[in-house]
Amino acid sequence: MAECHDTTTATLPPPSSGRTRHVVAIVGPPNSGKSTLFNRLTGLHQKVANFPGVTVEHRMGRMRLDIGRDVFLVDLPGVYSLEPRTEDERVTHDVLKGEMKDLPRPDAVMLILDSTNLGRHLALAAPILSLGLPTMIVLNMADDLASRGGKVDVVELSKQLGTSVALISASQGAGMNKVIEFLSGATLGMKPKPPMLQLPVIQDIPKTRDWASNIGRRTNYRAPAPPIWTRRLDGIFLHPVMGPIVFLLVVIGVFQTIFAGARPLMDAVADVIQVSGKWMGQALPDNAIRSLVVDGIWSGVGSVVVFLPQILLLFLFIGILEDSGYLARAALIADRTMAKIGLQGKSFIPLLSAYACAVPAIMATRTIENKRDRIATILIAPFMTCSARLPVYTLVIAAFIPEKALLGPFFGTRAAALLGLYILGFLAAIVTARLLKSTVLKSARAPFVLEMPPYRWPTVQSICLRLLDRSRVFLRRAGTVILGVAIVLWVLANLPLHDGKPPEIGHSIAGMVGHAVEPAIRPLGFNWKIGIGLITSLAAREVIVGTLGTIYGIEGTSQSEGLQAALRHDLTPGGAAALLVFFAFAMQCMSTIAVVRRETGGWRWPAIQFAYMTVFAYVFAFLTNRLISLFF
Amino acid sequence: MQTICLKTDRVVNDTISQMQVRVNKEAPKASHTGHPITTLRRGEAGILDRIELPEHDARRLMEMGFLPGHTIVPARSAPGGDPRVYQVDGSEIALRRETARHLILR
Repeated sequence: MAECHDTTTATLPPPSSGRTRHVVAIVGPPNSGKSTLFNRLTGLHQKVANFPGVTVEHRMGRMRLDIGRDVFLVDLPGVYSLEPRTEDERVTHDVLKGEMKDLPRPDAVMLILDSTNLGRHLALAAPILSLGLPTMIVLNMADDLASRGGKVDVVELSKQLGTSVALISASQGAGMNKVIEFLSGATLGMKPKPPMLQLPVIQDIPKTRDWASNIGRRTNYRAPAPPIWTRRLDGIFLHPVMGPIVFLLVVIGVFQTIFAGARPLMDAVADVIQVSGKWMGQALPDNAIRSLVVDGIWSGVGSVVVFLPQILLLFLFIGILEDSGYLARAALIADRTMAKIGLQGKSFIPLLSAYACAVPAIMATRTIENKRDRIATILIAPFMTCSARLPVYTLVIAAFIPEKALLGPFFGTRAAALLGLYILGFLAAIVTARLLKSTVLKSARAPFVLEMPPYRWPTVQSICLRLLDRSRVFLRRAGTVILGVAIVLWVLANLPLHDGKPPEIGHSIAGMVGHAVEPAIRPLGFNWKIGIGLITSLAAREVIVGTLGTIYGIEGTSQSEGLQAALRHDLTPGGAAALLVFFAFAMQCMSTIAVVRRETGGWRWPAIQFAYMTVFAYVFAFLTNRLISLFF
Repeated sequence: MQTICLKTDRVVNDTISQMQVRVNKEAPKASHTGHPITTLRRGEAGILDRIELPEHDARRLMEMGFLPGHTIVPARSAPGGDPRVYQVDGSEIALRRETARHLILR
């Protein structure tokens, strides 16, 4: 299949060898197993795309039918109604009416409903059927329905609604023939049936619900017994004592996984990058090109790929939590605390993950449906003390703070300083959240409503596809930006050439910029050498350690005594404290910027975030320098 | 069962009270009449009479299953009781107390 040229919009690939494109939209409420069905039908032939002008993601996939035809499936966001109120609903409404730019009106619609909750879900059939498109009502979770003693008469339902109905279990792959039949029928250009049934006034929700109940009654629908296992598990997971304990264990698990579990994988990836980079370098003559390829491009690629283990592990964890249904319970438990700072329960896991790294954390905010809460969470995530700040903190603290025990052998002055910095980041996040949520991102008082789905076993296929999908998205979008900036920074540090050789760092373009900004950063206690470090740390925070090492001519590791001594000579205590505060508050990670751009669908929010955090960092670093200079 | 004729294009401007069409045969618990669903004990069933919220919010809640005339049963909650899960119309939906206060029982 010809790859979509542009993954940013919902365009379809051009038709190959004279085939016409047939598009079937898949629509349904959340938790109806829509994604599982979509995955089963399209497998690997799917990609994530954005509708033009909105941040709503959707998936498009291709399914090859045996007859030698292709059908394209568009997976629309989960909605409870078609009334265009939220962005999700507007998008779904526009696509189905054929009013979405770059996307033709679908040839047919598949409405996926939860067969165990037919009474309520069937209410969505009314607006869908009134569109007049060839429609198939797919009743999912047939296995649950049967095991809980429910029953539905598909034939009678089909007669009552005047449209095709199928009963399937997407997770088990049962009953798929009728679905495939319908899809092949869609490509033959079925004429939409004239509406033969009395549809209720769709905007009248209770009446529509009654209509759905009547249909259910007339078709002898037997609702299943309540989900016993879900009730039992909630007895533990939402128990006043056990609930928080389980929650804490899950939280620690997420944290440990990203912090510790990812580390060996990340080191392995970093080693592979380094070794292969050296190997590649040997094949090239020793000149500027080699430096560009190895130190610029290849290490730029490396700095992108090194995030993958963390992203994959975090999304594996979140995928299991979300698909099983536990995530809703966790969001419930965390909600009270989050509400105090103006956010909600679903912000918790992303903010927690940001303590390891903001990049996967920001990608994980997709679980937050409320757009403003989501943006607020994304904007404050970089304040959480991420692991990249640690090498910088360790170096400066070791250089300037003498080790003295405070509370026994485990907690000394240095640990206290580190803890203080963690707390600073946390406070900045809270303050910013309250500020945002009471001004720019004030929610339109939408009531907090969270559905607790029944617990289900996650399917391996869904999780694997999700991981593949997230990696592709990350590598393509964020990766290109990160690589671009890495090359630019290499150019700044390695030009202009002196006799064909790269200049000493003080004389490179970066060095010139460092000298140029020195007047601006002098009030913070910084000099031009720190200035260069601030520029290179835009790539990633920990890069400044290596840069300082290069500038002082000493091997730059945070443990290096030599480098600590050099810093002590060159920085005042005020400047050192200001440097710590600056790193606590500044937005110095282009990977984060790239991901924020991708997740918010534009440059506006990353720009605002960058400006806000830079000003924040500058002001507080300045104050810190002044304050500390009074005493030391 | 009462039915009220509604003009399609005016429906969205009508107030919520005009949408409460069902008269339920069960006798409501007198002690809970007019009180919000937050007064129900866990496991105790009540019937929703009306939602005292702006139309936009009320519609969202109705779409989720909080329909006048339907039964609501409080279930488990976060530690401290807020938010609480309510069993309604075949699903379990969690609401914060600040919202549940506006759902009035029959």
